[in-house]
Amino acid sequence: MEAIEQVLNPVETQLKAHFGEAIIEVHQSYDFAVFTVSKSKIKEILQFLKDAPGMEFGFLTTMCGLHFPDLQGSELCLMYQLHNMPRNERIRIKTYMSIDDAVTPSITDLWPTANWMEREAYDFYGFVFAGHPNLKRILNMDEMNYFPMRKEYPLEDGTRNDKVDLFFGR
Amino acid sequence: MSLPFQNILNPSAPEKEYSTLNLGPTHPATHGIFQNVLKMDGEIIMDAEATIGYIHRAFEKIAERRPYYQITPLTDRMNYCSSPINNMGWHMTVEKLIGAEIPKRAQYLRVIIMELARISDHIICDTIIGQDTGATTGFLYFFQMREKIYEIYEEICGSRLTTNIGRIGGMERDFSDVAWKKLDQFIIDFPIFLAEFQKLIERNRIFMDRTIGVGPITGKRALAYGFTGPNLRAAGIDYDVRVMNPYSSYEDFDFTIPIGTNGDTYDRFMVRMEEMWQSLSIIKQALKKMPPGPFHADLPDFYLPDKEDVYNKMEALIYHFKIVMGETEIPKGEVYHAVEAGNGELGFYLVSDGGRTPYRLHFRRPCFIYYQAYPEMVKGGMLSDAILTLSSMNVIAGELDA
Repeated sequence: MEAIEQVLNPVETQLKAHFGEAIIEVHQSYDFAVFTVSKSKIKEILQFLKDAPGMEFGFLTTMCGLHFPDLQGSELCLMYQLHNMPRNERIRIKTYMSIDDAVTPSITDLWPTANWMEREAYDFYGFVFAGHPNLKRILNMDEMNYFPMRKEYPLEDGTRNDKVDLFFGR
Repeated sequence: MSLPFQNILNPSAPEKEYSTLNLGPTHPATHGIFQNVLKMDGEIIMDAEATIGYIHRAFEKIAERRPYYQITPLTDRMNYCSSPINNMGWHMTVEKLIGAEIPKRAQYLRVIIMELARISDHIICDTIIGQDTGATTGFLYFFQMREKIYEIYEEICGSRLTTNIGRIGGMERDFSDVAWKKLDQFIIDFPIFLAEFQKLIERNRIFMDRTIGVGPITGKRALAYGFTGPNLRAAGIDYDVRVMNPYSSYEDFDFTIPIGTNGDTYDRFMVRMEEMWQSLSIIKQALKKMPPGPFHADLPDFYLPDKEDVYNKMEALIYHFKIVMGETEIPKGEVYHAVEAGNGELGFYLVSDGGRTPYRLHFRRPCFIYYQAYPEMVKGGMLSDAILTLSSMNVIAGELDA
């Protein structure tokens, strides 16, 4: 676990020095350093992590959306995972936003691979990526009028009552 | 004389009409259900747009309703050419979440299964590259070895393609005597077949002419597009999860990571060829070093007890009920675990809120991520080269769409 602190500490120091208030929370989750940052600075922070000397997290491993209906005002969350291959360090960046204002800057100009990942996040959660070249649904059909991975859309048929969650939870 | 490229070179030439060609969704050369809309100037591809999602099955959503042990069959159906790797990746993700220690023997058994799966994945990809260049012999001949691998799977877990192999905490059973015998026979037979196939294709003039310089991508672009696995290594970047973040005791084995230089179809083919030799060597080392001991961890909360015990022992019955009904305590937390699948880094991002099912499960599917570079790779090339580029990238529709 020392190895994680070696990643966590310098990145935390650098980010706090450059972005101050925008770094909301820092913690360690299993073998990952996790940074929760403010939505307003997300693109600058990712750009900094990608390009700044000493950071150089040049590989976007994955990104995905999450939905927490209970968190009032920050229901949607975006998770980015960056990888510095030469040093083999991985970090996770999270940013929370309101479901009514899920507009966030696109990072397709930083990593072309974000193109389909952002389309997927839009398709399933309804994030709007400002500046995305081709923001349309990717896996679902274009006519779909809801965002299926949000928690309010149940997987089971809503008209059935023989599968209530009463006994065994979700 | 008018040259075919005249209009490309001279944009002010009289207006040019392009034809649109639908490659897919059900085209025999795409080896899966996905579509490419190509803008063609004769045989030259001017532009391409990929449309995917034809076999999307919402695995991430389904996983939010399934207890942990019921998610393994979903992972089978992603990259179905090497489903054991997906299964093991999922088991290891859960084991990381609950902090389980897996006995050495189980880890070695898993390594054998995973390397067999890698070989079968690469057999499919490489023989299909041959097939698409017109060399049917390799495809028909070398596929016998894939059949042998499936017989070994069958001996271990009872199924062949969608294996559902292993359990959270180890393997469901130790290998049977027949499985060991078949494995021993396999490591004798396989190098003969592989060497013959290599001799048939590798320096074949027609094959080389068709593949060298076709569909190239530079290392820098490949990284920007999130390539991993053999496709990234063909572009000259030596990234392999087995070496970078060893799992399941890969650090015990001695193997090399082959890399290419040009990132073209030929390099992708050759990297996969060499990886088969390396996988074979890993299997041999694992067989030689196979430690004795249990084949699963002592995890009564997650690992189903023997049926005999369920009928005769109180605790075993309770645990059986708890596991099957999904009533086991699961820690809260978020965990990411990646394995080197046939196509690259297959990652599982799992968020648990302590409930019986994952709160969120995201699969980092290597195919989905690198397939978006396809239009850039085929632009300006011939249609027949686009087919080869596609088969050499080894795009598996199940993994693409999840």
